Amino acid sequence: MQNLLNQEKEPEEEFDRSKNKKINKQPPAKIKKISKAKRNLDYIKKNYILYLLIAPAVILTIIFKYIPMYGAVIAFKDFSPMKGILGSDWVGLKHFTSFLTSPNFLEIFMNTIKLSSFELLIGFPIPIILALMLNQIRKAKAKKNIQLALYAPHFISVVVISGMVFLFLSPTGPINVLLTNLFGTSFSFMSDPDAFRSIYITSGVWQGAGWASIIYVAALANVDPQLHDAATIDGASLLQRIIHIDLPVLKPVMAVLFILAAGGIMAIGFEKAYLLQTAMNLPTSEIIPTYVYKKGLLAGDYSFATAVGLFNAVINVGLLIFVNQVVKKLNEGEGLL
Amino acid sequence: MNNSRNDRILLLINKILLTVIVLVILVPLLYVLLASFLPPNALLSKGLAISFSDWTLDGYKRIFSDGTIIRGFINSILYAGGFTIVSVVVTVLAGYTLSQEGLVGKKTIMIFFLVTMFFNGGLIPTYLVVRDLGMLNTAWAIILPNAISVWFIILARTYFKGIPNELKEAAKIDGASDFKIFLKIILPLSKPIIFVLALYAFIGQWNAYFDAMIYLEDQELYPLQLVLRSILIQNEVQPGMIGDQMARAELQRISEMIKYSSIVVASLPLIIMYPFFQKYFEKGVMVGSLK
Repeated sequence: MQNLLNQEKEPEEEFDRSKNKKINKQPPAKIKKISKAKRNLDYIKKNYILYLLIAPAVILTIIFKYIPMYGAVIAFKDFSPMKGILGSDWVGLKHFTSFLTSPNFLEIFMNTIKLSSFELLIGFPIPIILALMLNQIRKAKAKKNIQLALYAPHFISVVVISGMVFLFLSPTGPINVLLTNLFGTSFSFMSDPDAFRSIYITSGVWQGAGWASIIYVAALANVDPQLHDAATIDGASLLQRIIHIDLPVLKPVMAVLFILAAGGIMAIGFEKAYLLQTAMNLPTSEIIPTYVYKKGLLAGDYSFATAVGLFNAVINVGLLIFVNQVVKKLNEGEGLL
Repeated sequence: MNNSRNDRILLLINKILLTVIVLVILVPLLYVLLASFLPPNALLSKGLAISFSDWTLDGYKRIFSDGTIIRGFINSILYAGGFTIVSVVVTVLAGYTLSQEGLVGKKTIMIFFLVTMFFNGGLIPTYLVVRDLGMLNTAWAIILPNAISVWFIILARTYFKGIPNELKEAAKIDGASDFKIFLKIILPLSKPIIFVLALYAFIGQWNAYFDAMIYLEDQELYPLQLVLRSILIQNEVQPGMIGDQMARAELQRISEMIKYSSIVVASLPLIIMYPFFQKYFEKGVMVGSLK
């Protein structure tokens, strides 16, 4: 990712340089500009096949990503299917204010923030710790077998994971049978609003932490073993070596992944939250994406639901920029954007 | 030398902890597998005292006596297969173009794609586009809207950049066209990345339910995950699986076994397949992120 963005920066510098030249000697620059446009045109003519190859991707992106971006204007209109997007009447910020002033706004908004920030706080460090632990296993075969087990849950679908949660935690399920046998009490997990976040996050860690550690394991594989040997001879303990050799190697990866994850806080997945919702746990499990789905597609209030979605997206982008700035400060100027 | 003793203790703790973690992951999976062959909670109430006669294939028999899961299975294969073909072809073509040195407009095109990673129109506007295209209740609604992943394009582009330029130059000197170079030289060298992309696309679509839930109305068209959702989450065991009327307790027993066996039927193919492809998956994660 960093690489990618660095590469994108290069042409910008070139452009700046040519701008300077323009200021220094204006007349020749003009000629140069024309010839540059011509050169570009020649290039496109000569390599038109390249542009044909990328055309399907561009067309699909326009249809399914850019046209919906335009379609989001219905957030500011009273959309009626008869009149279409263009013909519907403008209503300004009506839908936004009605969402912001609705009695359940605060609850849904805080549910969204809490669920995803707790998920981030707990889910982010665990893969790093797992990778550091795995890195201490010297036998390649044993390491590979452990990894095989750790990654397996990643391939289970979200429907199946949620189904397992329901089965295991049901009043007659194995967890409650164990609880009854051991402590004589049982607990109705799925109907308790207080339990929802723990269930969501625990099942997420169970499924995803192993897979998320891959990237850190790979980064650690690049550490020169001689560094560790030298440190050991100098009397460094294992913990000291992890803190001073391994962790610094992981830092850039951590920074990038943290920005991406934190920037996605409001973009929390709809899929599992919706599946784990029950009528009883809605006070904590109703989040913006599930609310948008219910209001929009189930209740047919297209404009209102789009406004709520847009509100969510704007906060998300703001958050991404904010987190990027903070990480940049903490990480000696290295951010993502 | 105190250090080395402490280190050894730490390493031992580390091994024990990792063993515990592996157990925490494997035990639920094994439990599901065993529970699909046993009456509800027999494992816990009887423990090792389970006798041979407790084992039963009832759950599986019921699943296959009703066509819903099998039809879902076939639908899922079609959707995931179609999605994979479209996604891989489009991604590889785009990635190849973007890997070209000196491509005019490269930065603009890159930004054009990257923007969609951070902004999107949202659920409803996307739904309206799909509806207006008349794709509701068709496989196209599953296959097309999410066929482009910017992440995949970056993955492909990074791979193509790694192919030595000399190969293309040499072919160009021999008079081969761009298209021919792509077909005859680049593609044969790109089998690994195509394989990685195809695996990712197939598994992602196989496990997805959301698009199918919003775009498909006809139950006949439901992919496996939606069928599973109605069995596991909405508690709607298909009438064909129950058959004759039975007592409430029996119904509960059967429906729980149906749930466990349908989890096994839906997940087993991937869980069995994945160890063989593990190295490709890991490669995909790494190429895409930092290399």
